[in-house]
Amino acid sequence: MSEMAWIDAALTSARPQAIGALLRYFRDLDTAEEAYQDACLRALRSWPEKGPPRDPAAWLILVGRNAALDGVRKRSRQTDLPPEETISDVDDVETPMAERLDGSHYRDDILRLMFICCHPELPATQQIALALRIVSGLGVRQIARAFLVGEAAMEQRITRAKARIAKAEVAFETPGPVERAERLAAVAAMVYLIFNEGYSSRSGEADARAPLCDEAIRLARLLQRLFQTEPEIMGLTALLLLQHARAPARFDAGGEVVLLEQQDRALWNRGMIAEGLALIDKAMRHRRPGASRCRPPSPRCTPARAGPRIPTGRGSSGSTPPWSISRRRRW
Amino acid sequence: MLYALLCYNAEDVVFAWSQEEDDAVMARLGVVHDRLLKAGKLGPSLRLMPTTAATTLRKTDPPLVIDGPFAETKEQLLGFYVIDCADLDEALGVARELGQANPGGSYEIRPLRLFLPGALPA
Repeated sequence: MSEMAWIDAALTSARPQAIGALLRYFRDLDTAEEAYQDACLRALRSWPEKGPPRDPAAWLILVGRNAALDGVRKRSRQTDLPPEETISDVDDVETPMAERLDGSHYRDDILRLMFICCHPELPATQQIALALRIVSGLGVRQIARAFLVGEAAMEQRITRAKARIAKAEVAFETPGPVERAERLAAVAAMVYLIFNEGYSSRSGEADARAPLCDEAIRLARLLQRLFQTEPEIMGLTALLLLQHARAPARFDAGGEVVLLEQQDRALWNRGMIAEGLALIDKAMRHRRPGASRCRPPSPRCTPARAGPRIPTGRGSSGSTPPWSISRRRRW
Repeated sequence: MLYALLCYNAEDVVFAWSQEEDDAVMARLGVVHDRLLKAGKLGPSLRLMPTTAATTLRKTDPPLVIDGPFAETKEQLLGFYVIDCADLDEALGVARELGQANPGGSYEIRPLRLFLPGALPA
């Protein structure tokens, strides 16, 4: 991989944590995004020279925060003497980095960032568009392409959604266990919506929309790393992996849909299937009743020995995520 | 002497590679692997699933099963090689070559104390 590609990948994967922390600090999405962009520009200048930092997210948070505070300082110098609180903010920059990047925060930072995108007043499509823009950092053009709308329309849609959540009350305190669980459920549903948006593409659109599936899987894995013991998230990640594993076989050369029974199983992605099955194994161990019974249907379908009972993903775009439906009970 | 080459990298970066990027890295690594194989220096090599697929058994009494990897780290163990080298210098040389084919992260070079080939086919 070229150096730029590596930097790009590092910036993308550090993004949710960095913006999440900057949002906690500045309590304003636009400021947080701007600070992050600023940090990225500096990273593009500095990393090729000095090499990537040991912890890209920490670097971006520190630099982004300093850059934003610098801006405040400059603006206030042009007008008046710095107000007292700005000065104390500047002093604050000197506090040890470890304190600011307290590891226990970052899980809730990322969850909060994702959660504000699932504001209940926002229609599902806006939630997805907003998450792709803010959390994933996809460009407006790319999102517009995936939604098959014009760039200007998508820009407007995202701006409107942002204006809406700017007015919404977002709790910045560390959430309690109940609130955290509620946030996680909302975020998991949104990740599934992103996946579905990519998965339910017709032939011809598949190229533009398939990246949404990859992005959903990336977000699901991110959630699972943050919440290692959540069977619900294991089930979600497994479901997405098992569905997406069949993507190469879903359309023929002419772009026609190939039904499951006719699919060339040699094209299925064995790595994804194996990972999905491993996650189901883990989730099953929890035997927890309720919605968190992860049950991606008929997972025991591998390219080698397969009964044709894998879900097509159709009819599952409703509000009930399919992994909460227990089709077969082991307990 | 046998060495384990433990491959550490940030898994969120590695698992965000596109299929093309992944294929390109594997192709470049394949060239190095082939050469090492022909020289009789390459033993088993493994690539691991992400740590999200991991389960840990703490050998307490009674043993405790925990979801996730043994340790939460910034960079994760993503795979390893077993190589046969004359000394550390040569092992480092191999690591440098592999590192050029697959930049980012680190290799830990750890001499092997015991090697049992086992019964599993590739």
